[in-house]
Amino acid sequence: MKIKNKFKKISGSWYFLIFVILIYFILLIFKQDLFSSSLNFFNEIILKIIPIFILIFILMTLTNYFITPKFIIKHFKEKGIKKWFFVILGGILSVGPIYMWYPLLKDLKNKGLSYGLITCFLYNRGIKIPLLPIAIFYFGWKYILILGIIMIFMSVIQGIMINKLITNRE
Amino acid sequence: MKNKNNQKKIKQSILKTTKSLLNLFPLLLGTILLVSLFIKLIPNSFYFSLFEGHFLIGSLIGSLVGSISVGTPLTSYIIGGELLEKGISLIVVTAFLVSWVTIGIIQIPIELKTLGKKFTFLRNIIAFISAIIIAFIIGLIFNII
Repeated sequence: MKIKNKFKKISGSWYFLIFVILIYFILLIFKQDLFSSSLNFFNEIILKIIPIFILIFILMTLTNYFITPKFIIKHFKEKGIKKWFFVILGGILSVGPIYMWYPLLKDLKNKGLSYGLITCFLYNRGIKIPLLPIAIFYFGWKYILILGIIMIFMSVIQGIMINKLITNRE
Repeated sequence: MKNKNNQKKIKQSILKTTKSLLNLFPLLLGTILLVSLFIKLIPNSFYFSLFEGHFLIGSLIGSLVGSISVGTPLTSYIIGGELLEKGISLIVVTAFLVSWVTIGIIQIPIELKTLGKKFTFLRNIIAFISAIIIAFIIGLIFNII
């Protein structure tokens, strides 16, 4: 029973890692050249991203310190264009797993937040400030800046479209 | 008193960050291992046959793969970056990246439960189409630049 409970506590991602390591183990036995070339490539990627992770750690800590659900709810009460602005900012700055935010969004919807604003919030969660260093490392700052601006613009268009297609009463 | 509270909050933030990065660790390591294997195992010609051809089909496939992929945006940057280095077009990689971070198959059940069927369906369909549109705008801009 205890062993069963211990297995339950192990997250699925660990099983995934074990599965991949097993594949590598099989490669080591049957295809050593592919094993070593893949492992070398793996080392190259790891060496490339380690310094960026230090920056990601600092940015994530700062976001965790300053941005809380309380902070976001407070600013969602703004009106007009200001509301859209804070919803965009809220989406970009919100942290933590997405499933944590759905109950809160449902509550806000019941309090009058439109479906369009919820759409805008969810879309802007795709822009992650703490992960910018790695995004810039791979794609360059010019690409990331332009992509970010277009995504924000599209989030508003999507919000307006959803507002036209669904009313809050539905 | 205020200083003590502040220190406590800083400690909590550091702990929360450490925890979330540690939670990411197995998935990230597994993905990088798998990406390394695929890059070495699959010849370049395969990627080109999958994503290239007509740019509309390439971006459609890119967006489709991004939509059904599960994982953190961090993983998508690494995969997208490596695909770009392989020579896959920016339009396809952008469609892949944008759909990965904005559409989530895994979160659909909770979205359905909390925000309703109609909203979930419309939002994800519109986000899917947007990923392709954004990819084309990016392609257009970078061709001009």
